[in-house]
Amino acid sequence: MDKMVPYPSGAIVPERDVEKTPILETHHLGIDFGGLTAVDEFSITVGRTEISGLIGPNGAGKTTVFNLLTNVYQPTRGTIMLDGKQTAGKTTAQVNRMGIARTFQNIRLFSNMSVLDNVKVGLHNSIKEGFFASITHSLGYGKAEKKANERALQLLDFFSMADMANAEAGSLPYGAQRRLEIVRALATNPGIILLDEPAAGMNPSETAELMENIRRIRDTFNIAVMLIEHDMSLVMNICEGICVLDHGKIIAKGTPDEIKSNPAVIEAYLGKKKEADGNA
Amino acid sequence: MTFISNLINGISLGSIYAIIALGYTMVYGISKMLNFAHGDVIMVGAYVSYICTTSAGIPPILSVVIAMAVCTVLGILIEGLAYRPLRKASSLAVLITAIGVSYFLQNSALLIWGSNPKTFSSIVPFDSIALFDGKLIITAESIVTVAICIIIMIGLNLFTKNGKMGKAMRAVSEDKDAAQLMGINTNFTISMTFAIGSALAAVAGVLLCSAYPVLIPTTGSMPGIKAFTAAVFGGIGSIPGAMLGGILLGIIEIFGKSYISTALSDAIVFAVLIIVLLLKPTGLLGKKINEKV
Repeated sequence: MDKMVPYPSGAIVPERDVEKTPILETHHLGIDFGGLTAVDEFSITVGRTEISGLIGPNGAGKTTVFNLLTNVYQPTRGTIMLDGKQTAGKTTAQVNRMGIARTFQNIRLFSNMSVLDNVKVGLHNSIKEGFFASITHSLGYGKAEKKANERALQLLDFFSMADMANAEAGSLPYGAQRRLEIVRALATNPGIILLDEPAAGMNPSETAELMENIRRIRDTFNIAVMLIEHDMSLVMNICEGICVLDHGKIIAKGTPDEIKSNPAVIEAYLGKKKEADGNA
Repeated sequence: MTFISNLINGISLGSIYAIIALGYTMVYGISKMLNFAHGDVIMVGAYVSYICTTSAGIPPILSVVIAMAVCTVLGILIEGLAYRPLRKASSLAVLITAIGVSYFLQNSALLIWGSNPKTFSSIVPFDSIALFDGKLIITAESIVTVAICIIIMIGLNLFTKNGKMGKAMRAVSEDKDAAQLMGINTNFTISMTFAIGSALAAVAGVLLCSAYPVLIPTTGSMPGIKAFTAAVFGGIGSIPGAMLGGILLGIIEIFGKSYISTALSDAIVFAVLIIVLLLKPTGLLGKKINEKV
């Protein structure tokens, strides 16, 4: 793991990313639902190839942050810069094309479609194919379609899922569905991928495999990964930067070691569970 | 011989219902709304073709292409102006709007083309075929209608199954938000669905008026409602279901007319629908509804 060094702005990123524009930057981001402030003063910086974690107790606003970053929610305050460009006013589809992709806490695959087709939906914007070509290509002769097939299989193979390509997505075992969601998100060719509780419901060996996969994603695709996770051993093991959220506010930011020893974190989160040392 | 002749007529009428039902079912699948104006798009398609051939002297086949183009634009406009602003509104509001659009189209037709029935001349340039010494007559319209229906069915199936846009459509109908987060322009995808449904409606309108040549501003409403019934019958949201439902409905209607009672034929059609829905609430080929976790 690289050393974490500060940007001129003061935010810390892995040393290898410090010369480059951060893939994601938020400034004083906040959202209110009615009178309730769900997220406030959320400012982070994520390096281009950084693996970062967003942790916090249940209801702290973590998924809300993901919804803000992908423009599912419009922020009440603050700005989001994706690859140096503002995302305000864009649709979720446009923001995806700007380089952010995600998975969901509750798996949201297209469960009646095949595994391969799920990935090809992710490839949608990289397939150049006209309307009428769609019909002729349907016969299986299209160059674009063939290329998409190859690419999709390649991505599936990366996660050892190529043999499941023709299965219906909804019929896959739980762990494979979680992996497929990641493949589908990667297919959209993002600069950063957001994983919402990727290890939820997984056994220790599946979690270990996931951890390996997350590193491989970063190393192979050269992209940033940001994850929400309750499994502290996973977070402490693979994340370079961690941001702790409580009641919608950031209570701590830093490297795993800094977070582990931060009294505010222990009180708000780890302390409650009394497993800070044991697990980390 | 009457049986076979009735069967052929039933399949032919059913094919028209099926083509219309495709429009209902595709739109329902993707935007979970019932586009009650769909029947009236049929009527517009028939009028456009009629005007092209009678007033402008355009060849019938070309007139169909023009009707399809006009209806495609109409479908996109209806979706963009009437339904898109209501994307987040309650389904009841959308339903009422659809009925409003339906009346708007009917009354606009009344204003433009008047209430006098127009006699639509068939666009099919072939003669009827007489078999078994003239005991069995198959109209050219029947053959063309069934053939077109089959072509549309195969084309549409390939399109939704393999094409890029077809895949986007299936993704949007399964989970609109997730599809959009994967970079799919859902508004464009929904527009395209309306465009395809409306182009098919134009074809259906021309075929309908070729077989039953009286054209008035309300020509589309009854076939529209029956095609909607066919879509529900086959399982709304399912493309093969719409096809099967449409053809069965056409056969039931013609058989009801000739063997039971002309006056009761519509009642029989709807009675069958009620029975099917009681036994199989999702329709013949309806998919089970996945509960969201």
